[in-house]
Amino acid sequence: MIRKEVANVQKALQGVTNGQTLMLGGFGLSGIPENAIAELVQLGVSGLTCISNNAGVDDFGLGLLLQKKQIKKMISSYVGENDEFERQMLSGELDVELIPQGTLAERCRAAKAGFPAFYTPAGYGTEVAEGKETREFNGKMYVLEHAFKADFAFIKAWKGDAAGNLVFKGTARNFNPNMCGAAEITIAEVEELVPAGTLDPNQIHIPGIFVQRIFQGVNYEKRIEQRTVRQKQ
Amino acid sequence: MALDKTGIAKRIAKEVKDGYYVNLGIGIPTLVANYVREDIDVEFQSENGVLGMGPFPFEGEEDADIINAGKQTITTLPGASFFDSATSFAMIRGKHVQLTILGAMEVAENGDIANWKIPGKMVKGMGGAMDLVASAENIIVAMMHTNRAGASKLLKRCSLPLTGVGCVKKIVTNLAVLEVIPDGFMLLERAPGVSTEEIEAATEGNLIINGEIPEMDI
Repeated sequence: MIRKEVANVQKALQGVTNGQTLMLGGFGLSGIPENAIAELVQLGVSGLTCISNNAGVDDFGLGLLLQKKQIKKMISSYVGENDEFERQMLSGELDVELIPQGTLAERCRAAKAGFPAFYTPAGYGTEVAEGKETREFNGKMYVLEHAFKADFAFIKAWKGDAAGNLVFKGTARNFNPNMCGAAEITIAEVEELVPAGTLDPNQIHIPGIFVQRIFQGVNYEKRIEQRTVRQKQ
Repeated sequence: MALDKTGIAKRIAKEVKDGYYVNLGIGIPTLVANYVREDIDVEFQSENGVLGMGPFPFEGEEDADIINAGKQTITTLPGASFFDSATSFAMIRGKHVQLTILGAMEVAENGDIANWKIPGKMVKGMGGAMDLVASAENIIVAMMHTNRAGASKLLKRCSLPLTGVGCVKKIVTNLAVLEVIPDGFMLLERAPGVSTEEIEAATEGNLIINGEIPEMDI
């Protein structure tokens, strides 16, 4: 077995420096790498390019990095619910590239799977396609989109083992599996790090080959962004 | 009388057929799930990675790991599944999802739609909307016919940055049900008590009226 386990978040984030491109899993605040984000704040690295579907909220998730002005550029599909983000974007302090959500996922998957680029119909005829190659297939127009290139991918999984195998829970899965193996180094944090051999190989969502470092996360807040409930009759 | 948002959702619910996988956008489309006939089998997809969405959880049973694309806590129904974002958009791009219902700021008589950006005012992003409109064969737009100032949102050409081109097939507004055909917006149904003249006055794009237009049955 090839061991991927590291002792803590500090060891896991070794090599992260200013100006790097980072992928961060999560949809809204669900499935975000909370420990890695907290450590990025501690490290104070800046000039970061962050690839993440959303940009957190003002005081949680990537919003914490925005507050400290550590992010130079965000590549996301949806960035509502964050006033500081909006302020930095409108003032020009923050460079923002908005791309279709499916394109974001596929640009991760392409990087992981060894595809340099792919054609998608999303965004054809809109400003998203400006300056990009387009091509017709079977009478429909498509836009050429390129695989991402990133230094680190920060992943949050439910369970994992020392071999780096991962299991996700619910919709906290989202972009996390697509980002595993899509950067030079993939770092997974898990709610529960179990001994190798404990996870059923049939039930593994991401094989450890796509993960370079894994650590037991701590103090998960798992904040709910929109708490919607119904009353018992 | 013009419909309210619930009325629009009720009318759209009639378009949901047995065996459909359906993606619902944020806002009025989310309400549609509440009014789908109970004697048909339908599964709702949320692009953040769930098929088989159920109602909101009971108080105290919310789970931060189970949300919809609007980031609301949800439940799942028997037969549900979770998956990653690339798989989710494979369902969408690959046309495995039969019906997409979403909102719009503007639609044009050529089927163009704008719903993600107001330059200088609102830039939240397109989320999954561009993937959805570029791929879905069957798109229904749920929207108010006019904006707060009373100006038409059914236009000759969209003025806002586009989400997709030539993709909208059907529109359900507070005033009418319309189909987008090569010549413009064909009026199919009127909201109860709303006249064709009122609909004409509220539609900037070319409105096509063939014969008697029935009232919606909702």
